Amino acid sequence: MRHLGWRVAFPASLVVVLFAVAAAVSPVATAQTAEDEGRWAELAEIYFPDQTIVDRPDLLTMEAPYRAHDAAIVPIRVTATFPQSEELSVERLWLLVDDNPVPMVGKFEFGDDITAVDLTTRVRVNEYTYIHAVAELSDGSSIMTRSYVKAAGGCSAPAMKDPEVAASRLGSMRFNLPETIVAQTPVNAQLLISHPNNTGMQFDQISRNYVPPHYVRTVRVSYGGQRVLDIEADISMSEDPSFHFSFLPEGEGVIEVEVLDSEENIFSGSWTVKPAPAT
Amino acid sequence: MARRRHPSPIRIVAALCACLGLGTAKAQETAPAATPLPMDEIADGVFVHRGHDETPSRANAGDIADIGFIVGGEAVAVIDSGGSPAVGRRLRAAIRQRTDLPIRYLINTHVHFDHLFGNGAFVDDAPELVAHARLQGALMARADAYLASFKDTVGSEAASKVLMLPTDMPVSDRLEIDLGGRVLELTAHETAHTNNDLTVFDRRTATLFAGDLVSIDHIPILDGSVLGWLDVLDRLEEVPAERVVPGHGPVAGQWPEAMVAQRRYLEDLVTQIRTVQRARGTIQQAVEEVGRRHAERWVLFDEYHRRNVTAAFAELEWE
Repeated sequence: MRHLGWRVAFPASLVVVLFAVAAAVSPVATAQTAEDEGRWAELAEIYFPDQTIVDRPDLLTMEAPYRAHDAAIVPIRVTATFPQSEELSVERLWLLVDDNPVPMVGKFEFGDDITAVDLTTRVRVNEYTYIHAVAELSDGSSIMTRSYVKAAGGCSAPAMKDPEVAASRLGSMRFNLPETIVAQTPVNAQLLISHPNNTGMQFDQISRNYVPPHYVRTVRVSYGGQRVLDIEADISMSEDPSFHFSFLPEGEGVIEVEVLDSEENIFSGSWTVKPAPAT
Repeated sequence: MARRRHPSPIRIVAALCACLGLGTAKAQETAPAATPLPMDEIADGVFVHRGHDETPSRANAGDIADIGFIVGGEAVAVIDSGGSPAVGRRLRAAIRQRTDLPIRYLINTHVHFDHLFGNGAFVDDAPELVAHARLQGALMARADAYLASFKDTVGSEAASKVLMLPTDMPVSDRLEIDLGGRVLELTAHETAHTNNDLTVFDRRTATLFAGDLVSIDHIPILDGSVLGWLDVLDRLEEVPAERVVPGHGPVAGQWPEAMVAQRRYLEDLVTQIRTVQRARGTIQQAVEEVGRRHAERWVLFDEYHRRNVTAAFAELEWE
């Protein structure tokens, strides 16, 4: 029952997950334990029923800090080590922070044209925990990889540093590209969305009540009308969600982004990409 | 005191404690007489306890911040209560060694638990809790994480005694409080170290309690806005202080010279992170590359520098 504050304002559907997880929470773990295994077994049962997930760190790699530096902003990079092809590709990637009250960070679906899966995002980490990435492959199999992250020390908390600033630029976006882009060569781009991605824990002093959760639900990224990346996000994702991903610019085209949040706000942005001709 | 005016936060805190399996009993009821904290009288009627330059642990019981009190003609003001109920009790014992005047004000300089987890020790004195208007919201947003972290580092028994109190006198700009012929000037700042930093200036002795806006020897910790912090340092530089009590580190006599190292560190963070960002570098790269030349300058650099880079990076992305 340690997560009352988080739970107060949660949609009922999430509470089920929360209880299942809270039952297995341990305060400190420094190595993989039976508890960690039990918790992952429960999560797998909830999120991936009837699927066999094979641990394949050779096919799916994860970069995560050994210790969370800032509990609210923990960068996680997941890469598929095999080229994406018609024979074998990642159809869907899931990211979960096992011990968070709501473990889900998001579900990522990639477009048909991408040649490499290389995704970086930022998550909240409440306590010592495993982080799991699960990939559903085009051949119907599922693979996973994981990293252990120690909780941040001192007074670090997975809370917003400045809720007023976050509110004032709600829905603003940034799209960052390398200076040089060449047609037919994969590009690593960053999409930044300003959003409190509020966990529901914030206390409003005026209304003397908890602010309800307010978070990004879906993000759709397309290039030249073709899907690049679809994201179904959840609140284990950091505030001001950030995504580094790769896509393949064929020629000049427009990146379009549409974001839907839990209050039915829609934010959109578009950026013209002008790659240099392939040599 | 506060309870009649602000009923719901108390209920929330109580509910939180109950559901967390924490006792809500007053700290004093169960504790044996506390050993008074060692205090230095750094100016007439101004007492400071220097916390350990360490991360919180069982051994230091959360006694890691500089805390103190000021005695006026009629009343006492406590400025931060320390990082655990035990430290709060020991601070109270140190006050009672020196004066029987009522403890009328309990001032919290910001939300971090090493400065306010001792608040509960003063409940029976019924002081007015004075804090930045944004402190309470920030505390509620962090309560769960703080208690979990506190349990792991300082211990479950200490955690069971923690009381988080509602703010009675929220300060959103400036406020003067009178201890009887002794006026304290309180200033609420824009987002800097946190979004709820409050400084206290004792006019009589020109002593500034800067909270964690000023860190000396102990690495500054960013939990607000690095650009905002540099702005606030500009303002603090103008304060005609004869001595400054930092949130961490030794009391400084030379002002504003005492914060030069801190300013350089924060300025380097900004400059070097911007360079990484212009080259489309990531947080991970910045964490490895930025600010390394300051490593020898600060105590606890390895513990907090990467966090500072991470937080500053996320802020500067939106410039």
